[in-house]
Amino acid sequence: MGELRLMKGNEAIAEAAIRSGVDAYYGYPITPQSEILEYLMSEEPYKRTGMVVLQAESEIASVNMVYGAGAGGKKAMTTSSSPGISLMQEGLSYIAGAEIPCLIVNVVRGGPGLGTIQPSQSDYFQTTKGGGHGDYRLIALAPASVQEMSDFVKLGFELAFKYRNPVMLQADGVIGQMMEKVELFDQMPRLTDQEIIAKYPWATTGKPKSRERNIITSLDLEALKQEEFNLHLQRKYKEVTENETRYELVNCEDAEYLLVAYGSSARISLKTVQLAREKGLKVGLVRPITLWPFPSKIISELADKVKGMLCVEMSAGQMIEDVILATLGKTKVLHYGRLGGVIPSPDEVLVALETQIIGGK
Amino acid sequence: MTEEIIIAGFGGQGVLSMGKMLAYSGIMQEQEVSWMPSYGPEMRGGTANVTVILSDQRINSPILNSFDTAIILNQQSMDKFEKTVKPGGILLYDTNGITKHPTRKDINIYVVEAAKESALMKSSKTFNMIVLGAYLKIRPIVEIENVIKGIKKSLPERHHHLIPMNVEGINRGLEIVQIINEVA
Repeated sequence: MGELRLMKGNEAIAEAAIRSGVDAYYGYPITPQSEILEYLMSEEPYKRTGMVVLQAESEIASVNMVYGAGAGGKKAMTTSSSPGISLMQEGLSYIAGAEIPCLIVNVVRGGPGLGTIQPSQSDYFQTTKGGGHGDYRLIALAPASVQEMSDFVKLGFELAFKYRNPVMLQADGVIGQMMEKVELFDQMPRLTDQEIIAKYPWATTGKPKSRERNIITSLDLEALKQEEFNLHLQRKYKEVTENETRYELVNCEDAEYLLVAYGSSARISLKTVQLAREKGLKVGLVRPITLWPFPSKIISELADKVKGMLCVEMSAGQMIEDVILATLGKTKVLHYGRLGGVIPSPDEVLVALETQIIGGK
Repeated sequence: MTEEIIIAGFGGQGVLSMGKMLAYSGIMQEQEVSWMPSYGPEMRGGTANVTVILSDQRINSPILNSFDTAIILNQQSMDKFEKTVKPGGILLYDTNGITKHPTRKDINIYVVEAAKESALMKSSKTFNMIVLGAYLKIRPIVEIENVIKGIKKSLPERHHHLIPMNVEGINRGLEIVQIINEVA
């Protein structure tokens, strides 16, 4: 068993970054995720593993530093919260277009604009539909516990390098600020320059005489070539969808009604499931773990069996669009959520379920 | 066993660190734990509160609106959290600064004069540990030796010389808790 610690979600991300053998972290402080940079600065991983920790001048600088380091085959990451992630969207589109593996963490707070520092899930559209321009996708992981904050840093880098694609870890202020028990994984070594050259032949690691220059770019002015590149991206996204869709089912075997929720809303909904079961209501929970690729197939299958689904989100209803697409009218699908940093309680979710889905018409 | 606790008071009373020590004690006893603070503007100078859950099972929602136990350390928190205690649950409070005492008859109510006692002990920093001791007398959900292990884990090494003082505070709390109302 690995080392057990009581940690905030933000701290778990920082410790997991060090232990994943990350080469470089670039970031700019913003609530509710500033503990990530603070933890890294106090742990001084540049002494432990040689990892670079740099407070950049802005979020725009951070994401472009990640682009540069990732182009060299390094494990690079940045973290921010909603307004900062908005600033990074140009960089993310370029990174996706240049097929740079990297990890971006968004500890979401309420918006729009500067919004609030309280937790929210209103960045789902931005994460899954592309906040930047062009036909690209981020692989999006949604942790629902401090343990997953740690585990998904490691998983995120595995997926990023496997598919040469940016990975977004979308948490929220609840998961970032809460403390839970975490079992930490063992320290992984950082790759040496020689290992990077051997593993990632595409990386800009310096030109030997034996090959042509490696060029990392998202630009191709020839339309047919750019179309071919886009088709290559789409084939990759299809492969990711087939292989990497992740979800958790709780009490779905005999369920007549389902809650669909991710992240901290899934935790709240778990309690609602418990309260509902105590009342004799057959309620289950579907928790998407990957927001993209979205677990459409299982939700479609479950739609054949249940009488209704309630999507619980700290937003005005964003993920519900994907649930409706997955269910195609086979069952009633409604939304329940709180906005602007307000966290719904398990009881009010139960009331919404009982009145809108179970008792509703 | 699942125990859902809210600890609420002023910033600076050690509300968050008390919750952290309780959570760490739970880990030492191989329980699942969660610790969810209020954060943001309300932390800066106003009231501070933290929801702590200890359980033998996977913890679902870290955010709740009713509790098995409320530990209340100022009037604002009394106003806000007395009503959130589940019927048959526990309300533990320090009378210091309390002008409106709890009135519910369907919950167990206890008092710990922790502010007064920590002043007598000439050690204001033991305040939250006295409260913790009082709580553990009422609800011995974790063993004292695991609490001490938890304190060791949650304090950085440079503060380990303060452990005996914390233990003294806990022991004092165990002794001075008073019963105000108990329901069957």
